[in-house]
Amino acid sequence: MSIAILYALVGIGLFCLGVYALMIHAHLLRKILALNIMGSGVFMVLLALAGRTEITPDPVPAAMVITGIVVAVSATALALALMLKINAITGRAELNDAEEK
Amino acid sequence: MGDFLLTIPWAVVLILLPLVGAIACFLWPKKVNQLGLITLGGVFLSVVGLGAWLLENGVYHHAVGGWNAPLGIQLYADGLSLVMLGITALVGVAVSVYATAYFDRSQSERFWPLWLFLLTALNALFLSADIFNLYVTLELLGLSAVALVALGGGKAALNGAMRYLLASLLGSLLFLFGVALLYHTYGSLDLAMLSEQVESTPTVWMALGLMSAGLLLKTALFPLHFWLPPAHASAFSPISALLSALVVKASFYLLLRLWLEIFWPISGSVAGLFGVLGVMAILWGSLQALRQTRVKMLVAYSTVAQIGYLFLAFPLAMGAGVTAWNAVIYLAISHALAKAAMFMAAGNLLRFGGHDRIADLDQLAQRLPLTIAAFALAGVSFIGLPPSGGFIGKWLLLEAALMQGRWDLAVVMVLGGILAAMYIFKVLGYAFTEASKPSKVKTVPVRMEWAALLLASGAILLGFLAPLILPLLAIGTPFDAFSGNEEIMP
Repeated sequence: MSIAILYALVGIGLFCLGVYALMIHAHLLRKILALNIMGSGVFMVLLALAGRTEITPDPVPAAMVITGIVVAVSATALALALMLKINAITGRAELNDAEEK
Repeated sequence: MGDFLLTIPWAVVLILLPLVGAIACFLWPKKVNQLGLITLGGVFLSVVGLGAWLLENGVYHHAVGGWNAPLGIQLYADGLSLVMLGITALVGVAVSVYATAYFDRSQSERFWPLWLFLLTALNALFLSADIFNLYVTLELLGLSAVALVALGGGKAALNGAMRYLLASLLGSLLFLFGVALLYHTYGSLDLAMLSEQVESTPTVWMALGLMSAGLLLKTALFPLHFWLPPAHASAFSPISALLSALVVKASFYLLLRLWLEIFWPISGSVAGLFGVLGVMAILWGSLQALRQTRVKMLVAYSTVAQIGYLFLAFPLAMGAGVTAWNAVIYLAISHALAKAAMFMAAGNLLRFGGHDRIADLDQLAQRLPLTIAAFALAGVSFIGLPPSGGFIGKWLLLEAALMQGRWDLAVVMVLGGILAAMYIFKVLGYAFTEASKPSKVKTVPVRMEWAALLLASGAILLGFLAPLILPLLAIGTPFDAFSGNEEIMP
């Protein structure tokens, strides 16, 4: 088993772990972290694929990961800001499933 | 002069102009309304320019920065992109005019930049031909849409926005995973290159599953629609109109594109599943809409139902090909016009009476005739009565279903129309009668009433425009790969 495959498998593992955590936890911070872990999983898969050729690594996945990180940072910032707002209004950083009238 | 106009790279203008407009709105917050309207006008003209170019020369290609695929990013426009860009510009202009009257000073300073970013993302999405670039536009779209929902500021709006954000990010990450797998298999991100190479392998199947799941979540197909009603109903009305009319369509467009270009040859059996989910969406969404007590929630659930129709095309396209795809595009654009009009009408009701409880609508047919007319005309398109655009779409879809003896789908389409009639008349009925407790009323700016009415009339007018729009859709023959009864690989 090559290093690339190992990285890819770890990436898939992280992704699944993230999906599980996203579903199971109610606290918004945990949900946001779960999404970040999922993102890291995808990035690891992408980078592992960059190393799949023997001679020179493929630069395109690295470029994709950099773009992906930029997107992930801004999404996380927006999510955290929303979480703080919700916390300020309801006193709890959780989604409110009760009647939203 | 005419030749000069044809040399302008309209596709690039379509992406850059709203982006520049959005930044300008940050720089000169005092002038946002004017800046926004000018930008929208420019975008509208650019779509016309691009349309003229396409009619003259066929499919449009642009290699950004002079770099060609596989390394560079390609912009691509055919008839399908053009029609989606056109409907975006049309709804955009109407919502923008509406918004100038709807928002107060400080709200519009926040609304305009976000809306123009959203428009940038929409235009870029419709013009991209590169699956990673599509991921980026999808994220831009999601983030600006979530921020727009959150503008509402209240508890319901923030909750709706958060739920929307989580669903949207999950959807994009699933999509990105699919992109990674496709890149791994074929070493290319370009749609056209991928479509030449794709084969039925486990990796491609996994990519198909992940990308479709992500996009279904973003398109809010039953049972993944849970985030849509709270987000769309709690946002400000012009924003609900944008989200329901355009944002949902964008992820649907992307799904359609991927299927047409990449997944079609290998995925005949999955199309049946889409059909089943579509049927369930129509029935569930319509029944939920009937149960609602507030106008905006009713309209939001109606979106869930109408999305179902779009997915009926997937199983039908195997036998009926172009007819089914034309039907679905027609349904999508007439839904965009009618749903935007309906949310604006709902916004007018809210402004007028200070509430949108259906049972307490007080003689609005006499007091807000233009708004109620807009609501009714939009409803005509949802029910599928002639001569509306919704009628043409449903007619083509019924034709496709009957051609293949799919009576089950035909029955669901008719039933969906009846249920739509029931929930539309539920609102209209209360609008004609006197409420038990009259509420204080505020005046509604004329611009808001006319914007809603004109868009709703547009949805009706679409019914007459089929001979103009169907040939436009055929530019670049996006649906050609499987027109007629071509043999489909299992």
